[in-house]
Amino acid sequence: MTTNQDSDGVVLTPAQLKSRRQRNVAIGLAVGFFVLLFYVVTIAKLGPGVLKPPV
Amino acid sequence: MSLVSNHGEEIGTGLSVSSASPSDYLALLKPRVMSLVVFTALAGVLIAPRHVHPVIGFASLLAIAVGAGASGALNMWYDADIDALMRRTRNRPIPAGKISKGDALGFGLTLALFSVLTLGIAANWLAAGLLAFTIFFYAVVYTIWLKRSTPQNIVIGGAAGALPPIVGYAAATGEISLASLALFAIIFVWTPPHFWALALIKADEYGRAGIPMMPNVKGADRTRLEILLYSILLAPLGLSPWLLGFASLTYGVLAISLGALMLFLAARVFLVRTGAEADRSAKQLFLFSILYLFLLFAEIVGERLVAVAQAALLNLPW
Repeated sequence: MTTNQDSDGVVLTPAQLKSRRQRNVAIGLAVGFFVLLFYVVTIAKLGPGVLKPPV
Repeated sequence: MSLVSNHGEEIGTGLSVSSASPSDYLALLKPRVMSLVVFTALAGVLIAPRHVHPVIGFASLLAIAVGAGASGALNMWYDADIDALMRRTRNRPIPAGKISKGDALGFGLTLALFSVLTLGIAANWLAAGLLAFTIFFYAVVYTIWLKRSTPQNIVIGGAAGALPPIVGYAAATGEISLASLALFAIIFVWTPPHFWALALIKADEYGRAGIPMMPNVKGADRTRLEILLYSILLAPLGLSPWLLGFASLTYGVLAISLGALMLFLAARVFLVRTGAEADRSAKQLFLFSILYLFLLFAEIVGERLVAVAQAALLNLPW
């Protein structure tokens, strides 16, 4: 496997591009899940009343 | 030597391009160990005398699992040199050249931080502190300090593997109890016969890697004696959940049966010392010890889940 470097920067091999894309997707899913987890935990800790603001 | 001789691709400037896939990072977390940690922590959550919100329980177990994974990644970071020398571990992501040591360290520290903070926010800070202590104990006290310096490495280091039920119980209640300490004690005393049975079979590999396991330092006979002594201690300890009243008589009968069988296999390892039969006895004890711990905790988890389901059915509005 070879890598090239020219004036435009590093050119990744197809294998490197594929693994980088897979890592990016995995990080995106993990961050999304983390946000969702904190949302659900917040609702669970505050209780259902949080969805009914006082009039 | 190139800066990136064992991973990724060198691109001429000393920088590297990783070719690691998400599954390589998953392997860093030691998924099989993680699953055992989740299982024992679940037992800790379920023996709690109060109801835990399912979302909080799930988030807590997830944080404990990720914390265990972080410990695994930090262990692989530090042990990459000796992992490369043993057949059982040489295909791990770092010695296989898939992930650099630096990436593994960063990954492990990040997960450790996030798992502890998440457990603190979702459950409570006692549980988070205990999880942080568990990660520290496994990564620093066991991996960095004890593993390469004393044949008692897995005895003392076993505390890290035994802590998850205490962390789980603390996550559910904010306290430490005798019940969670009993589960800790079972795993703690189970660890030496489990690992030393493996060490008897793999003594050559551990010796080549320079790890002072009991058979390499004190000899196989002393190891066999210690396996027997720990198994004698383990059999009555296995009964403690029943004696303390948080497991049923069924559990008690199961613990007596499994404890007797464990003792029988340990006695055979003690008595049969030469030839292929000796190796076979050690291997049988190693495999049975996994089943022993799994069945005891499965019984506790099963009993508690049935109790939770019955309580939920009684509370339904019909």
